[in-house]
Amino acid sequence: MSNNDMLEKLSADFREAITIETDGNYDVIRVESDKLHSLCSSLKNNWKFNYLANLSATDFKDRFEVIYHIHSIPDNRKIAVKTVLDREKPSVMTVTDIWRTADWQEREAYDLMGIMFTGHPNLIRILLPYDFEGHPLRKDFVPN
Amino acid sequence: MIQTDNMTINVGPQHPSTHGGLHVEAVLNGEMIVDSKVHLGYVHRSVEKIAESRTYTQFIPYTSRLDYLATHLPTLGYCQAVEKMMGVEIPERAEYIRVIMAELSRIAAHMLFIGSTSIDLGATTGLIYCFRDRERIMDMFEMTSGQRLIASYMRFGGISDDLPEEFFPAIDSFLEDIPKMIKEYEDLLVGNEIMQYRLKGVGRLSAEDAIDYGISGPNLRATGVDYDIRKAEPYGIYDRFDFEVPIATNGDCWDRFILRFKEIVESGKIIRQALDQMPEGEIKGKVPRVIKPADGLEVYHRIESAKGELGYHIVSDGSDKPYRLHIRAPSFVNLMVLSMISKGGKFQDLIANIATLDPVLGESDR
Repeated sequence: MSNNDMLEKLSADFREAITIETDGNYDVIRVESDKLHSLCSSLKNNWKFNYLANLSATDFKDRFEVIYHIHSIPDNRKIAVKTVLDREKPSVMTVTDIWRTADWQEREAYDLMGIMFTGHPNLIRILLPYDFEGHPLRKDFVPN
Repeated sequence: MIQTDNMTINVGPQHPSTHGGLHVEAVLNGEMIVDSKVHLGYVHRSVEKIAESRTYTQFIPYTSRLDYLATHLPTLGYCQAVEKMMGVEIPERAEYIRVIMAELSRIAAHMLFIGSTSIDLGATTGLIYCFRDRERIMDMFEMTSGQRLIASYMRFGGISDDLPEEFFPAIDSFLEDIPKMIKEYEDLLVGNEIMQYRLKGVGRLSAEDAIDYGISGPNLRATGVDYDIRKAEPYGIYDRFDFEVPIATNGDCWDRFILRFKEIVESGKIIRQALDQMPEGEIKGKVPRVIKPADGLEVYHRIESAKGELGYHIVSDGSDKPYRLHIRAPSFVNLMVLSMISKGGKFQDLIANIATLDPVLGESDR
């Protein structure tokens, strides 16, 4: 199903905070990090995007990007939401209250990439030992 | 009533019913589970970091080792993700062979699931029967790729080798025997009263919770949600086949168990159609010698693996190595509900819940 109607409405609601692009596969909404949470709740509550498939973070050396691939099971639609975070202090609101599946996926992004998800109920390491130092998927990580 | 203190018991990481390195810390009151915590990472091999220092082609064998019980599925997902970035065309014959291998992997994984679930619940014989039949699939993998467990058979643009002569009689007789095998498992396990007591009504998961927790695959469909990526967003040539997506309604261990029987039959149907429609021809498309997706290209590709939604998120910087590769592993996400569905149940039900959620730790820990 096409996302055009939804993207128009969202552009009207969020104005400059979002820009819309496509990667050929997903329509990608780029959103300012402080508006991410309200955009995600709008997607879930107004547009039936009830299934967060994937959450992944990338280190671009001058910034972090977090991308959310979200699907709507009833409407069979898909959308990606992307936000850029500060390289020194990467922090963004959690979406665990919108999709509980974000719990472990955010913990993974914290564990391996060092993204802080504010408001997360239990932001601790998940794959690496609890006393591990550093975040190995960062490009400046030096293994010892 | 006697007052008792809560007691903490560690299940795993070295315990046969944890399927290889899962650690569950269960707080018990008598025999009831008050709370439990899942600790992961015992099989963490830093696959995503390794990917950044390997070329695209060199990474194929690593994906084969993610879900080693259904080896062709994770390789298929990875190859298709990279092909999507490169815009590679795949010859018809290769597409069909991929489907045959993918569905054989699904059958192998589900057979192992039925066997391991039954042994986890004490029915040792079930395992022997399922392994006997799974062995025939392993033999077919050996014929085609030279490897039994971790085949690394997919390549960008197609597959590594064409099917050999001896493959066809083997798969024909296997497909013919599927109904007989299922009948045998059913006689042995489904009618068994102890199996029913151990699984029915245990570890109930509602459809709302399942979607909210991102559960996918047979575990999601057991709750009554009709969602299969092969139908919802067909990849490869899956839109050409006629097959049903089995659904159950209760979302308990029993439904998760029974669903896999039905999926084996449906996979068999897909393979039959693929064999009948498969044309002669090339098995490998035109692919550049060095794979270098354009700078800034980003892709998320997902397939329906044996355990659920397996996704690859790849970011390219224009070099011959992935700049970032993230694997969305179904086992990782599916394990998230383990604590929830085990809470308030008996300790023995924890084992049934782990068994029927069917995690494979190579994939969840990566």
